[in-house]
Amino acid sequence: MKHLLIAALALSFGTSALADSGADSLTDWQQTLDEARGQTVCWNAWGGDARTNAFIAWVSDQTDAQYGVKVEQVKLSDTAEAVTRVISEKAAGRDHDGSIDIIWINGPNFLAMKKQGLLHGPFVASLPNAQYLDLGPTSAASVDFTVPVEGMESPWRLAKFVFTYDSVRVSDVPRTMADFVGWAADHPGGFTHPAPSNFMGATFLKQALIELAPDASVLQNPVSDDAYEIATAPLWDWYDALRPNMWRGGETLPENESIQQQMLNDGEVDISMSLDPASTAAAIAQGLLPETARVFVPEGGSIGNVSFVAIPYNAAHSAGAEVVANFLIAPETQAHMQNIDVLGSFSVLDPSKLDASAQATFAALPASDALPTLESLGPTLLEPHASWMTRLTKDWARRYTK
Amino acid sequence: MNNDGRYLRLSVLIFVGFGLILPISLGFWQTGRAAFGLFPALGQDTLSLAPWRELVTLPGFGTSLRLTLVTGIGATVLSLMLATGFCAAVHSRATPGAGARMLTPFLAIPHAALAVGLAFVLAPSGWIARGLAPFVGWDRPPDIASVNDTWGLALMAGLMIKEVPFLLLVILSALTQIPVAKQVTAGRALGYGRGIVWIKIIMPQVWPLIRLPVWVVLAYALSVVDVAMILGPSNPPTLAVAITRWFNAADPGQILPASAGAILQALIITLGIAAFVLGELLMRRVGRWWLRRGGRGLSTEPGLHLASLATVIMMGIGMLAMVSLLIWSLAWRWSFPLILPESWSLRPWTNSSSGWQRALSNTVFLAITTTVLSVALAITWLEGEDRARRGRAAWAEALIYLPLVIPQIGFLYGLNIAFLQIGISGGMSAVVWAQAIFVFPYVMIALSDPWRALDRQHVNSAAALGAGPFRRLLQVKLPILLRPILTAAAIGVAVSVAQYLPTLFIGAGRIATLTTEAVTLSSGSDRRVTGVYATLQIVLPFAGYLAAFLIPAFLHRNRRKLNGSTQA
Repeated sequence: MKHLLIAALALSFGTSALADSGADSLTDWQQTLDEARGQTVCWNAWGGDARTNAFIAWVSDQTDAQYGVKVEQVKLSDTAEAVTRVISEKAAGRDHDGSIDIIWINGPNFLAMKKQGLLHGPFVASLPNAQYLDLGPTSAASVDFTVPVEGMESPWRLAKFVFTYDSVRVSDVPRTMADFVGWAADHPGGFTHPAPSNFMGATFLKQALIELAPDASVLQNPVSDDAYEIATAPLWDWYDALRPNMWRGGETLPENESIQQQMLNDGEVDISMSLDPASTAAAIAQGLLPETARVFVPEGGSIGNVSFVAIPYNAAHSAGAEVVANFLIAPETQAHMQNIDVLGSFSVLDPSKLDASAQATFAALPASDALPTLESLGPTLLEPHASWMTRLTKDWARRYTK
Repeated sequence: MNNDGRYLRLSVLIFVGFGLILPISLGFWQTGRAAFGLFPALGQDTLSLAPWRELVTLPGFGTSLRLTLVTGIGATVLSLMLATGFCAAVHSRATPGAGARMLTPFLAIPHAALAVGLAFVLAPSGWIARGLAPFVGWDRPPDIASVNDTWGLALMAGLMIKEVPFLLLVILSALTQIPVAKQVTAGRALGYGRGIVWIKIIMPQVWPLIRLPVWVVLAYALSVVDVAMILGPSNPPTLAVAITRWFNAADPGQILPASAGAILQALIITLGIAAFVLGELLMRRVGRWWLRRGGRGLSTEPGLHLASLATVIMMGIGMLAMVSLLIWSLAWRWSFPLILPESWSLRPWTNSSSGWQRALSNTVFLAITTTVLSVALAITWLEGEDRARRGRAAWAEALIYLPLVIPQIGFLYGLNIAFLQIGISGGMSAVVWAQAIFVFPYVMIALSDPWRALDRQHVNSAAALGAGPFRRLLQVKLPILLRPILTAAAIGVAVSVAQYLPTLFIGAGRIATLTTEAVTLSSGSDRRVTGVYATLQIVLPFAGYLAAFLIPAFLHRNRRKLNGSTQA
């Protein structure tokens, strides 16, 4: 991995950013550890990906062995379910002892919970392993869909938008988002995307919006009526041209990217998409995609974001949840996670803050043909402000749900 | 009036009132408040119709409503027609016992498992298309909407494959009370076609006996969530699925219109049943005129054959669906257009990270607990009726059916809030409670008829010999009724295993069962793991039915009249 070499160079400048947090925070952390021992942390996480589920099971084994904290995954089919549950608990007046301890979250769900005051924290800076994060005000780990994190959620994996195709069946993949219209005309029924009510489907629309909007910088501000009209007009023209040649004429859409990946495997469609660049290689290893499946990204780069974990305000086991959040950003955990045989998700740590042995661990990770390198993934495009996504999916539903 | 067992009846009444009626009312109360704008947690505390206005303007609302009505009523009416036609065609050749044995697999299999299997059989990349591929020359799946079609046809087919056998069983058991053979012979002698004898003579007598089960089917078809998620259209989906999605939307404000939708769902079912009642009244008038006209209806014969053929084809597809689940759970790579997997593997079964062991143990625990509770309550209720020496009041019968005709989505969200307030939500006990609301009615219905059919002579002899009421129950009634009790228990297990929404909503998602996991996984990319869960989902109720068959056969192996054929 090249970025690790860069990181090694960076290390020679030897910053130990948060090492000055002092003895106080260490005793605080010891208290958290004591309190957490024996707790079972209920982690609400999207359950549609078997590898992630297995990784969470591994986390449970590790935290149990190291800190006496077990993790129990509640497999969600949509993260919003967890938000609804916390709201129900608030509605019922259950302000303590809530059923959710930690949530895999980002974007609109985070914004909704933060706005409604449903989160515990700030807690990130007090995690000992936060020393490996770049927590500068504009860093990827400090801003979630342009919303400042303010220590209310802790990062754990990188997500980047990619497309998957079968290199035996398709040789000419679209180079830009605009190209999809012509490509779909040449391959009628070969393309579809998850319904925009799903996170992945919404991300597909945003990816197109960033490329097609006359001025993409407005997307970093909260949405306004005027800005929305101007920015999305080309998107809808593009989509209207694309839709008739989509699978089933765009009338029906797969519910999520997992189903679409299955459709790619079945040969029902030619392209699938994912927010996890490693998912293709992993799916091949699991027998869920043909050996010839490969990854591509549009030339201008693709949307990237950080997946976080947050703790609800009424979590029954917030100490245990903090221990888990801290474990997730330990260098050994992140290296294990980046291993393609495990998850293959890129690490959220700042390579410049790792010591040499940690860097060596990252450098020794296995490679795979279907696993893109970080540089082949092109530039990372910033997520629009979360309000755009909400507006976009509502508008899409209004236009295309008849 | 008889005071025997008054305390027994009183305790049953309290138990049912507290355990059944209270949660349903509480749930509707909470949902209803939200539907009219009262939801303090979101700062909504003024009574208003805004949620309703918002509901009707939600994208796709009209289509969702239409889909619900068409698929729900369509599936019910078609199932009824097919079941009647099939019954007419085969009744003379089949004994009720044989019929029941043939139908058991379809009754035992949970809706969600069948839907998952069916999705594979019917899909453009599924078994049927794979079978056709060599002849039509498909090297990739055709771009046709054979599941999740915007018309809801796949959804209707999925519902019918479950409901036709259920209605068949109900009709077959009703027919035992009617001298069918004689009436058919008489009708035929008068020159009426076979089908028309059934429509004009037999069915009017059967209908009052099957009216309630038909309403149950209607209510179910109008409000089903899991099957509609797997087989139904997605953009927009049926109303029940849309409501479930709104409840779980990223924008918490959607809870209010979702609640309004949940109340609307209850109204739809009420109106649907009202329409059936109206249809019945209409048929009584029109039917009389039609009877007097005296048409012999010889042309109905092809209709009967068509109904039988359609039923057999559907049963065949249902069987394929079940087999496909097992095969997927054993496959490694299985790409289009191969009929069988190219490579096999036991990994989905042996890989512990798929977690089916925990889901299985949760499911078994819930099934046993809810069933034992329900059977105990049902026996107490029936014994109470016995001691009072009177039949069941109409309101009591209505009480039993109530949970089966109200939409689950209508009160479960509200019930969850109520459970949260008393602090039991998310626990096993809350889920047991919520499931028992639906398990008890089925157990009660299954046990009532055999219980009443018990030969009173045995009980009277025991009484004459000095046995008190408790001994008569324990040593005479229960042993004689062992088989029907175990059959009712097996039905209870099957119902418990199949529960999706109650487990999901009340369990706060923490109680993973085979059904909740199978439905979640069915929206994942790995059919093989889904196959494992769905296969187990089928195996469990089967094991229940098998036990209900084997245990009495073993215990009563030297009691000829008790060891099988008499009562089922």
